[in-house]
Amino acid sequence: MSGLEVDLPVAGGRVPTPLESAVTAAGSTAAEVEELRRRGPRRRMSPGRLFSWIALALLGVVFIYPFVWLVSASFKPRSDVFDNRLIPETFTFDNYIQVWQEAPLALWLANTAIVTVLAAVTVTFSSAMVAWGFAYFRFRGRGVLFGFVLATMMLPGAVTMIPTFLIWNALGQVGTLTPLWAGNLFGSAFYIFLLRQFFLGLPRDLFDAARVDGATQWGVFWRIALPLCRPALAVTLVFEVQAVWTDLMRALIYLRDSATFTVPRGLKSLVDAFGFGGEWHWEIIVTASVITTVPMIIVFFLAQRQIIDGVASTGLKG
Amino acid sequence: MTGTEVRVDSAHIARRTVTPEERERGRRRASRRNLRSALLFLSPWIVGFVVFTAWPMIYSAYLSLTDYDVINIPEFVGLANYAEMLNDPKLLLALQNTVFFTAVQVPLYIIVSLVLALLLDRAGRSSSFFRTVFFLPKMTPPVAVGVLFLLLFNGQNGLLNTVLGWFGIDGPAWTTDPAWVKPGLILMSLWTIGASVIILLAALRNVPEMLYESAKLDGAGFWRTSMSVTLPMISPALFFIIIVNTIAGLQTFDEAYTAFFGAGNTTYSNDAALFYVIYLFQQAFEFLHMGYASAMAWGLFLVIMVITAVQLIVSRRFVYYEGDR
Repeated sequence: MSGLEVDLPVAGGRVPTPLESAVTAAGSTAAEVEELRRRGPRRRMSPGRLFSWIALALLGVVFIYPFVWLVSASFKPRSDVFDNRLIPETFTFDNYIQVWQEAPLALWLANTAIVTVLAAVTVTFSSAMVAWGFAYFRFRGRGVLFGFVLATMMLPGAVTMIPTFLIWNALGQVGTLTPLWAGNLFGSAFYIFLLRQFFLGLPRDLFDAARVDGATQWGVFWRIALPLCRPALAVTLVFEVQAVWTDLMRALIYLRDSATFTVPRGLKSLVDAFGFGGEWHWEIIVTASVITTVPMIIVFFLAQRQIIDGVASTGLKG
Repeated sequence: MTGTEVRVDSAHIARRTVTPEERERGRRRASRRNLRSALLFLSPWIVGFVVFTAWPMIYSAYLSLTDYDVINIPEFVGLANYAEMLNDPKLLLALQNTVFFTAVQVPLYIIVSLVLALLLDRAGRSSSFFRTVFFLPKMTPPVAVGVLFLLLFNGQNGLLNTVLGWFGIDGPAWTTDPAWVKPGLILMSLWTIGASVIILLAALRNVPEMLYESAKLDGAGFWRTSMSVTLPMISPALFFIIIVNTIAGLQTFDEAYTAFFGAGNTTYSNDAALFYVIYLFQQAFEFLHMGYASAMAWGLFLVIMVITAVQLIVSRRFVYYEGDR
């Protein structure tokens, strides 16, 4: 066992506890060091930089405009929805009142929130566990097994879609929210890959030291490795929140009754009823779109730094 | 000096008290315990793999050889489904649509995200506002993106054609003219480019400054530096997003389904937006041709495998891994 060559980090003549080492190690993250390095000596505004700024500003308008248009359209009366004015000529709250009466939006939002939270928490936890199993333990066949994990990333969802439906059907879960999240209890290949990369970047000595200090295998994972892995966990959480919040196909397959609809499924039913159903009430669809997009935007703003720094530090290098 | 003594001493004790057989036995016991802990951590994936991947794959392969409508017992029909696929004009159309969409969309997607990432990188650290702006559309539900497509790309009074009108261009009927439906969907898909931009930006920021400095010392200009330093250094990230986007492109569903398919939608000539997975979904869950849909799924798997394999082989020449593993 190579675990015998432990190199304990000594601080001030005293061996720090594993938890202390963990805190020190987490104290100045690679991202922060990187940030400092980048700041370096302040650069002057070169012509190249000025050009970049102008280009970004123009493109930024292109990217942000559809949102602004959508929000503005939701305050327009039915007849004006298609005009391209940014500020509504006649400002009205009627659409919001009407949407609330036409569609059980609050219920849909609640269903989606439940599914999203359950899915994101379970997939993050189980993927981290499996990733740790691959990153920390050395055993025969590990490489082959991990190869299988990567191979499942290539498998199109369509191949497993029908038998998976039959499993949930046999379990009597079609029509409930369970199939939308319960598969996540078993981890997901992409996140396992991502988190394993991150775990491999952590100093192994830290974990061996904790073992020597009497921590259990589970304790090493739960109390030391996981807290150090917070940026990567945040990325996993947010990616999964995004994926589940916007998941249409599974909702189409498994949900039957408007009372169990999630937001994408509900929105689709509004598009069918008010868009294509001969009624052409686009103002209802537009307003419902605004209501259902806003929670995601809030989540993103709250987690923005975590996500972007997390992606940067998980080293998606292949 | 004392350190040396201690080490010799402990080695001495170890040699005296533990026989090789005992040590071997202890090591084996430790490794068995190690394996047990490892399996415990891996257990969620192992269970999930068996129940939700391996078994469905086997069962789907079996179903692809049957006629199955969920209600009656699957009836074995041999390779009939696969034979039918070759003679199904709608399937061939769906395949054509999908390959065309992916072949045009992926290169555009990569070029645009690379340009955005380069701009963000050059703009320096205060560009975090723009990172957020470019990532936001990714957080919009695809159903809402489909709705936006129908409204903004509308032929008569959609915003896009209004803007084109300012430049004297008479925009096409993006949402109704079969020739322009796919180009429209491709344009719309560029809006949700955020994740790729951020992955590329992270890769750009990981290029060691040192390399740029030595390139400068060697007198390399912007173009030379880009070709010899920047691109090779970010090629793993580029390759990653090419593969991921190709696989995703071949499975396009949400936006196109929202805009062109579903209950009550008979107003559009939607053949132009009939993508492979949409047709597969219809076969499986609308017409309940589960056997045929399973065969289609394996067809898709084959296409994805071939394309990915080609990309992997081509990439060997162009992707540079630091410290080549």
